[in-house]
Amino acid sequence: MTRLGLSWQALSALVLCVGAAFGLPLFGAQPGMGAVATAEIFALIFAAIVFSAGSGFRPTSVLLLFAATHAAVWLLVSGLAGNEGTARLPYFALLAATWLLAWRTVSVLSHLRPVTAQGRTFVRLAIPLLFGVWILIIWEAIVRGAGVSAIILPPPSAIAARIVTSLPMLAADVNQTIFKSALTGYVLGGSAGFLVAILADRIAFFRRGLLPIGNMMSALPIIGVAPIMVTWFGPDWPSKAGVVVVMTFFPMLVNTVTGLTASGHMERDLMRTYASSYWQTLFKLRLPAAAPFIFNALKINSTLALIGAIVAEFFTTPVVGMGFRISTEIGLLRVDMAWAEIAVAALAGSVFYGVIALIERATTFWHPSVRGG
Amino acid sequence: MDSLRDKIIPVTTILAALVVVWYGFAVLLNAPFQRDLDRRAGETPGFTEFLGKTLSQPKPTLPAPHQVAQNFFENTFMRKISSNRSLVYHGWVTLSSTLLGFAFGTALGILIAVGIVHVTALDRSLMPWIIVSQTIPIIALAPMVILLLGPFNTPAIVTKALISTYLSFFPVAVGMVKGLRSPEIMHLDLMHTYNASASQTFWKLRVPASVPFLFTSMKVAIAASLVGAIVAELPTGAVAGIGAKLLIGAYHSQSIDIWAALIAGSVVALILVGMVGFAGRQVEKSMGGRPA
Repeated sequence: MTRLGLSWQALSALVLCVGAAFGLPLFGAQPGMGAVATAEIFALIFAAIVFSAGSGFRPTSVLLLFAATHAAVWLLVSGLAGNEGTARLPYFALLAATWLLAWRTVSVLSHLRPVTAQGRTFVRLAIPLLFGVWILIIWEAIVRGAGVSAIILPPPSAIAARIVTSLPMLAADVNQTIFKSALTGYVLGGSAGFLVAILADRIAFFRRGLLPIGNMMSALPIIGVAPIMVTWFGPDWPSKAGVVVVMTFFPMLVNTVTGLTASGHMERDLMRTYASSYWQTLFKLRLPAAAPFIFNALKINSTLALIGAIVAEFFTTPVVGMGFRISTEIGLLRVDMAWAEIAVAALAGSVFYGVIALIERATTFWHPSVRGG
Repeated sequence: MDSLRDKIIPVTTILAALVVVWYGFAVLLNAPFQRDLDRRAGETPGFTEFLGKTLSQPKPTLPAPHQVAQNFFENTFMRKISSNRSLVYHGWVTLSSTLLGFAFGTALGILIAVGIVHVTALDRSLMPWIIVSQTIPIIALAPMVILLLGPFNTPAIVTKALISTYLSFFPVAVGMVKGLRSPEIMHLDLMHTYNASASQTFWKLRVPASVPFLFTSMKVAIAASLVGAIVAELPTGAVAGIGAKLLIGAYHSQSIDIWAALIAGSVVALILVGMVGFAGRQVEKSMGGRPA
């Protein structure tokens, strides 16, 4: 193995390829895969195995390995058109072979030490991206190859097509769930938690009583207040916002109270020698020192707000909203729509989190945790 | 006693204040409906009688604490455990899938963390996704898991446990990666000078160092696991469990039942987190750790 310079991934890919060659054709029914295309796939996989050999890696050989592997899997998956559900064992063997070679690509990439900063960023982003793309490829190839029913698991291509064709509906759901329920609740819950934290900071007795309760609340299934909120505020978005308020209140409270104790004794003494009032100390020293904690709460809350808004819609809801859509479309066996909604929710969640993280970087650039000092 | 002055008295005061506020709101929120009822019945009750009525409605907007407590007590201690009105029964249904899911999730999380720490390709490709997964509402996938498992005729407890599993393995994986990487370079170098193999370094240095991280993330994970089990009961249309109890209460607007179920869920959560915390302290003590 080492004499040939082949990794175990390449070696297994080779074995799988040879096995597949003896078991042809790839598909059990007409039209099947053309002889030329089949030959091309084999040629590309062999090329990739050759490129992956050796130990000293240059960017060109990694690029060739990457290109050959992905051209092969591209041909393999595009050959599925018209052949859904008729894939035979050799097809899956070839899929496994390309996947192993992609793994090889990733492990070679992760051992690469680029000299330039751009190169490092590229490698850092390319590896997880490749991983994500391969999950989609395998999902697509297996679901369509084995002919899994679309009402159980639709392929990613169908989900993407569904997203494109039902943009207005998705936009209405996002507007209802994220902009009305989640954001309103997020702002209200966060501000309420913040104000109570300031109050708790002024009154030590209040703080000592509230902090253990606040900590305890993080373990409770607060999401269960959803039906109560519905009886108070009706089925529309205010009740969902209410759930989000309760869910986001306590993390903000606990983090702010902890953050307000983060400033050092020396600095507080300095403020005292300046004869600064409580509020001056608060705004000029203690709140800035608490900023990382507050942003931590804002980040935790961004996820909690979406979870709260979506799950609250599993209970009772008007006929719009992401949680409503997910549960009803599954009931109607239009699973691709539910997946489309989940994809949008995931995207919205990461954008929400990303925006908070960017604001944090922009406003607390001076803090050691951001400067990396 | 410091803990009495610093903790118990303030906490009980705040809790007592909350109960008073709760009563206030119960009167306030239930009053309009009660006035409506009285007008239709042509009654003009006195103030105290009116107060009493607002606090004893069968389906109040906000049930009074004693109503919830009474319902909770009756359904917990006075009923046979096998009765489907017993909260112990519903609590157990949810608890069993929570524990199963938590066990799966912790095992999976530890396995993934070990993989991430030892395989560079896994670290670089999987870790960013685990971090991203913390920022998205993965619970939205719950109905999907139920659908995917449909054709396999999996028992309801396993379906629910799987949702708990994927909610609980993320915190454990993240915490364990942190924990397994927590030994200092010095200690790793020391193992190196002893000519320790990778597995020796793992078992004698990395695992003991990761134990506090494990228990901290297990506390988060078991709470997440319980939420997963409760939420999983919503779209399955489950007939038993705390989530099902909430849903049934919501359909029949039996607010007292909802509150009692909520209390039951909270009690289960506190017991679970308390147990993990206790186990953590015991393990740390037996490993020679001193209380910080």
